[in-house]
Amino acid sequence: MSQPTLATSYLKRGLSRQTWIIIGIVLVLLHLLPRAIPQIVHIVIMIYLFATMGQAWNVLGGYTGQFSFGHSLFFGLGAYVSTLLYLKLGITPWIGILISCLSGIALGLFIGALSFRYGLKGPFFALIMLAFAEIFHMITMGWNAVGGSPGLLIPLKGNAPHLMQFTSKQPFYYMALWMMVGSLYLVWRLEKTRTGLYFLSVREDHDAAEALGVDTFKVQMIAMAISAGLTAMIGTIYAQYLLFIDPDSTFGILNSVEIMVRPIIGGPGTVLGPLLGSVVLTPLAEITRLAFQSYSGVYLMWYGMILVIVIMFLPHGLMGMIRQIIDKYRKG
Amino acid sequence: MNLNFVLQSLLNGLLIGGVYSLIAIGLTLIFGVMKVINFAHGAVMMLGMYCTYWLFVFLKVNPYLSILLVIPILFIIGAAFQKFLINPIIKAPGHNQLFLTLGVSLFLQNMAVFLWSPDYRVLKTHYANITYYIGDISISLSHLLAFGLAVLFASILYVILTRTDLGRAIRAASEEPQGAMLMGINIKRIYWISFGIGSACAGVSGAAITTFFPIYPYVGDIFVLTAYVVVVLGGLGSVLGAFVGGLIIGVADSIGAMFLPGAMKSILSFIIFILILLFKPTGLFGR
Amino acid sequence: MTSNSVLNIVDVSKSFRGLRALSGVSFTLRQGEIFGLIGPNGAGKTTLFNVISGFLKPDSGRVGFLGKDLVRLKPHEICKMGLARTFQIVKPFSYLSILENVAVGCFNATNDIQEAEERAWEVLRFVGLEKKALSPAMSTTTPDRKRLELARALASQPQLLLLDEVMAGLNPTEQMQIVGLVREVREKGTTLLVIEHTMRVIMGLCDRIVVLNHGECIAEGEPSAICSDKDVIEAYLGKGNTFVRD
Repeated sequence: MSQPTLATSYLKRGLSRQTWIIIGIVLVLLHLLPRAIPQIVHIVIMIYLFATMGQAWNVLGGYTGQFSFGHSLFFGLGAYVSTLLYLKLGITPWIGILISCLSGIALGLFIGALSFRYGLKGPFFALIMLAFAEIFHMITMGWNAVGGSPGLLIPLKGNAPHLMQFTSKQPFYYMALWMMVGSLYLVWRLEKTRTGLYFLSVREDHDAAEALGVDTFKVQMIAMAISAGLTAMIGTIYAQYLLFIDPDSTFGILNSVEIMVRPIIGGPGTVLGPLLGSVVLTPLAEITRLAFQSYSGVYLMWYGMILVIVIMFLPHGLMGMIRQIIDKYRKG
Repeated sequence: MNLNFVLQSLLNGLLIGGVYSLIAIGLTLIFGVMKVINFAHGAVMMLGMYCTYWLFVFLKVNPYLSILLVIPILFIIGAAFQKFLINPIIKAPGHNQLFLTLGVSLFLQNMAVFLWSPDYRVLKTHYANITYYIGDISISLSHLLAFGLAVLFASILYVILTRTDLGRAIRAASEEPQGAMLMGINIKRIYWISFGIGSACAGVSGAAITTFFPIYPYVGDIFVLTAYVVVVLGGLGSVLGAFVGGLIIGVADSIGAMFLPGAMKSILSFIIFILILLFKPTGLFGR
Repeated sequence: MTSNSVLNIVDVSKSFRGLRALSGVSFTLRQGEIFGLIGPNGAGKTTLFNVISGFLKPDSGRVGFLGKDLVRLKPHEICKMGLARTFQIVKPFSYLSILENVAVGCFNATNDIQEAEERAWEVLRFVGLEKKALSPAMSTTTPDRKRLELARALASQPQLLLLDEVMAGLNPTEQMQIVGLVREVREKGTTLLVIEHTMRVIMGLCDRIVVLNHGECIAEGEPSAICSDKDVIEAYLGKGNTFVRD
């Protein structure tokens, strides 16, 4: 094939005009959704929140190859930091969310500095994240000053936008929507930069990457910072949306599973994977929860089964399967 | 805080540590041979507990005797798991195996919720409350038996691994799979056998504690997390390490319980875990 | 140290748990040379490469590259200075395309994605992989993987290139093609340090050769001298044999 011109650069490949138009239409429709179908607003907010956290996990996991089994750590940290700042110091969650983000980044960099400096990879990194999440879980359970096991309640103020409280779900819907869109755009852009390619090289082969001038430690730290900061911010939004947080619902292992399972099933290392995973799994979980009221947790059976099937037959997740179908369609 | 209290705590820690040891031995065998961290290990232990429970409830089988049944049943479950689910993806990147075992764990635990409800069940035997006394220190019979069983099975396993052909084949497969294959050892067979043995260990540990520990679908979670700490502390693949590590962590938890509120007692263990992962990832006895 | 020396290995030693892998290794590479590193299996050749490229810290000694001591530097810092290496067992970025593989190397010399991609295409044309640029790296044949390994290292624009058995697993025709490429790389001004097992190739390609055995340098010189060196012959074939040049 001949030398492609700058317009057809493969590394910086853009989207076609048709695709942008479709994206535009979808965004408009999503904006109208709360007014059109108000009954599903809650579940769609959950889809967006978990899609965003899944995307955050994806940056560190799917793209950089460090699979964290304890991402609830950052979610819980974000939720608790902003909530405590508000309850104890009266700081508005609009500032709290920024501090949550910074706390997440700080904690992430701390763990990263330890783990990556000592070359922790694979299951060991997964476990160390799990250990940290459990430590925070235990601390919040046992320490009454931060609420203990009963958790923390944020007093309902009704219409108080300056305190990130609203009389309807709609503002949260739009916040969650734009966080998700933002995270999608961030990852999509990252893919086309040197940093993004460096993420992938670290995932594929540390030694080869080092030998090609990639500072693998710095690259992993950048991935960790993005992943942790973004997840922590979602923690704040969640706390303000539900006005209640407790150790189990924030730092619990189950939360780490919920965060992870969407990008894994949707397609790790892809832009749309976490969203696709969230769109498939969140409603599935809700419906199963409603169908088996007395046995909350049965939807996790679905998660387990789907996870096993996807790992065995669709190692690149649903996105991988979709790509294969598109490729076959193009050739045939 | 008097001497008696401390000694009592340490003793209890040691006894439960024996149980941690046995679960960890199963896990370290699986990891040592197949380099897979098995997140479903706790679910397997849970199955062992329910197995014992139902045998007791429906057939009045003594929980300690049902161990004889639990061993083959869990062995088969573990072997089948390896052969049909893990083996096909053995060539895939390592993290796939992590997610697969996670998926199986989710499935098994929540299937247990669905089938048997999330209620706590207790296995009541008439000898459950027998306690011995040495001075002011009490030792409950059920704890002692659990510890005894753990030591017994750890020893049996140690003998198998060091004195039998199978054991030598397993060790060869874990240290040098290529070499072992060249020597005619059927690696695939070793894999599912090891997984079976490891799962049987988890099942036996579960059975051993049914007389004093509640039985519920998520019970495995607590133990499996501790088992990882033990395995890493003792050194991945080292049976001796897992045994010693189990006792250490059992005592660490007890010390934690002495100074910290209940929910936080395992913090000490996790901090040890993190330190080991960072500074001596090969553990105490690992290579 | 002469003014046009590129690499100066001085008294490098490395032991692993009591086993001496390298013992007082010393030699110097001059600008524009193709320098061969040979020796029986287990002689320490790859260990030496690992020390030079920063993957291992030597117990003692210096590795001078363009005047700086590399011993305390990380591999990526060494690459940034202009030293690149390939791996004996190739390490492609399997799930990335061949183009992306090479682009990672290109980013060593530039931050701009446009430039990186242009340079990547250049390098791919040079090694003859441009037709497969968009295929995933894992779906390639052995000769192509070797070319990719070479291409990636070249993409980082090295002044010194370390090639670790880049001919292994190739048939004579393929080997000759790689030899041609290596010669062209030298023409462009890069100095090369090459580990190889195939005698014919090494003797024909290299200006000078150093021979390692049990971690020690047992001979250094031009190919013709090495061929008839008693110590070298003994190391490879045992006492009382001679080399047969094919």
